[in-house]
Amino acid sequence: MPDSPFDYAPAPESRDLANLKPAYRPFVNGEFVDGAGEPLKSVNPATEEVLAEVSTASKSDVDTAVKAARRAYEKTWGRMPGAERAKYIFRLARLIQERARELAVLESLDNGKPIKESRDSDIPTAAAHFFYHAGWADKLDYAGYGPDPRPLGVAGQVIPWNFPLLMLAWKIAPALATGNTVVLKPAETTPLTALVFAEICQQAELPPGVVNILPGAGDIGAELVGHPDVNKIAFTGSTEVGKLIQRTVAGTPKKLTLELGGKAANVVFDDAPLDQAVEGIVNGIFFNQGHVCCAGSRLLVQESIVDEVLAKLRYRVSTLRIGDPLDKNTDIGAINSREQLTKIQELVESGDTEGAQRWTSPCPVPERGFFFAPTVFSDVQQSMRIAREEIFGPVLSVLTFRTPEEAVTKANNTPYGLSAGIWTEKGSRILWMANRLRAGVVWANTFNRFDPAAPFGGYQESGFGREGGRTGLEAYLDV
Amino acid sequence: MTATSTATDTPSPLPERLADATRDETSLRRFLHGLPGVDQVGVEQRAAGLGTRSIKKAAKRWAIDTAISMVDLTTLEGADTRGKVRALAAKAKLPDPEHPDTPRVAAVCVYPDLVGTAVEALHGTGIGVASVATAFPSGRSSREIKLADVAMAVDAGATEVDMVIDRGAFLEGRYGQVFEEIQAIKAACGQAHLKVILETGELATYDNVRRASWLALLAGGDFIKTSTGKVSPAATLPVTHVMLQAVHDWHQVTGELRGVKPAGGIRTTKDAIKYLVAVHEVAGPPWLDPHLFRFGASSLLNDLLLQRRTQLDGHYSGPDYVTVD
Repeated sequence: MPDSPFDYAPAPESRDLANLKPAYRPFVNGEFVDGAGEPLKSVNPATEEVLAEVSTASKSDVDTAVKAARRAYEKTWGRMPGAERAKYIFRLARLIQERARELAVLESLDNGKPIKESRDSDIPTAAAHFFYHAGWADKLDYAGYGPDPRPLGVAGQVIPWNFPLLMLAWKIAPALATGNTVVLKPAETTPLTALVFAEICQQAELPPGVVNILPGAGDIGAELVGHPDVNKIAFTGSTEVGKLIQRTVAGTPKKLTLELGGKAANVVFDDAPLDQAVEGIVNGIFFNQGHVCCAGSRLLVQESIVDEVLAKLRYRVSTLRIGDPLDKNTDIGAINSREQLTKIQELVESGDTEGAQRWTSPCPVPERGFFFAPTVFSDVQQSMRIAREEIFGPVLSVLTFRTPEEAVTKANNTPYGLSAGIWTEKGSRILWMANRLRAGVVWANTFNRFDPAAPFGGYQESGFGREGGRTGLEAYLDV
Repeated sequence: MTATSTATDTPSPLPERLADATRDETSLRRFLHGLPGVDQVGVEQRAAGLGTRSIKKAAKRWAIDTAISMVDLTTLEGADTRGKVRALAAKAKLPDPEHPDTPRVAAVCVYPDLVGTAVEALHGTGIGVASVATAFPSGRSSREIKLADVAMAVDAGATEVDMVIDRGAFLEGRYGQVFEEIQAIKAACGQAHLKVILETGELATYDNVRRASWLALLAGGDFIKTSTGKVSPAATLPVTHVMLQAVHDWHQVTGELRGVKPAGGIRTTKDAIKYLVAVHEVAGPPWLDPHLFRFGASSLLNDLLLQRRTQLDGHYSGPDYVTVD
């Protein structure tokens, strides 16, 4: 009987699968073109090595792309029968599936998320969004928006770095299904999978100009948002930028949807299925290193069980494996950028200063790259910064409540309102809570479950508009 | 009421909270129904998630050897004979004659009337002899007969007894009766270790699996075991998760280490490794030990041996290269 501990040997996914190229270029009017912007280098956050050089768009490139999208809208895509559009979108969905491994490895390299998440969650869900919306393309007459609802025209879309390809799918799939054409700007730090998606558009023989992809920084996003010939803006990202966008769009005829930050309350009652609640808490805050707008970053536990929950939670969190995102056994990957890591560290220090109890997982943390060990703060009070501000990292704040009423009050006491979780075995209490929580998505006895048929979006500073489901079509229709 | 820990073999008084739980039928029911529920979707999701762990190279070799050392090599057929048991004992002693460094299995598991044959064949090897008892597999008989069944196995030299709980009494909510029966059988076991088969396939809900696990632990079972192998579904990963969580929680409360044994339907190395990952991450590293985790299996051993050879020789050898018994 060997007496060694059960250390999992490294099980890395081959990075060759990503077909990484030394250089990537913007995609305009069906072609890859040189952008006139300052090239950027995309970095692997797990090793800090440069993955590729990416040519970026300039202001004039934005104009060219919008013109291409407008032409495609007027000449082909906007007029095409829904059943024809559906064929293209189904093709995109199938090609994402066919190239799933390549996309998953590339996503993990570029973003730092664990391969098990990009492989089992991001890419399959992205494909599912295209499949789902392909089904809608020829059934819009029956979507509840009147007979023959019309598209808006050209959609300008700006997406974040936390789920690069999935957010692209959330944006592009409904836009195409409803007959709009798009100009999309991926995040500055994670442009690669979007540019592989551009290849997929070529493979699917999508008419030129229907999808245009412009890598670049925030200034290019601002240019796109401010462009006079864009009919609709869809943005996912920080509340701060969301507010700027809303100011820019105010007073113009552009339609706008914003999906912004969050500080979701995950509410655990004393009659919850505790072990699964702990799983849900872990999934809620440590999924994708906590880089999730709907992360369950505020844990509200009934005071009578807080010690038991914390003990179970700490044991469970200490089993999480942090390290190489390409290792199939990695549970927590890298923080996406040094900037984000600094922000997390700063907020965590404020938690110490304000008197919360910090507990950090004893798991070994890689020396190179941007990593942050899973952290749980207990004794957190509503007035502390770590209970108010979005940390966007693997940091959980644990607060307590005494009664269901108090749980609702505390959960709603936030400028945000994107998601919430309820853990109880009492069905009536689930419904009672769900009716009172001001959040776009309320999960019961689970967390972070996504489905293209379920609308997703926020209240207050988490933004407005919905993505997914029948409701999500409205954002891209002239209704 | 005392329970024997497999780790120390010294009786230790239960913490007050648990001693109170077993005072009478009402307290026992209240305690068992006060345990946190198990959410089916959540536990199945967790089991599936852990099942995607990728165990390679040195970790896989270690896992295969550990799994072999945890096998309770089992034959439980009406057609069992002394010859069959002797063949099984020989296989237990030397699983792979071409690779004599292969670990031995933990125990051989037979019906009570064949315990003597197994004891004789395994004399001096240190391999345990486990006997099923208590009107296995249905458990439908009188207390006297069940106890006589146990006595027969223990007198013949069984070092381990695998009993079945009275599922009828459990499902009727007569927890006290189940509890007392386990206690009585534990007493009848003497020095032999007691594994308590819950027959989870008949308990139907994860909440019941959790309650039955705690009931067996409270009554002094050294191991909780999923199934007889005669009822479908037998062992499943999510059920084993719930049971591993129970022994983990039991250890948190009492400081005692109790074991878990999934049995039935585990046939491949791939499956066995999924169970070991669950042991490692749900119960904890101390349970990665034959004293605290066993596989009830018959055909699993050969697949483990084939995979072990594949790891060592670099190529797959095929079923004709390992012995059938």
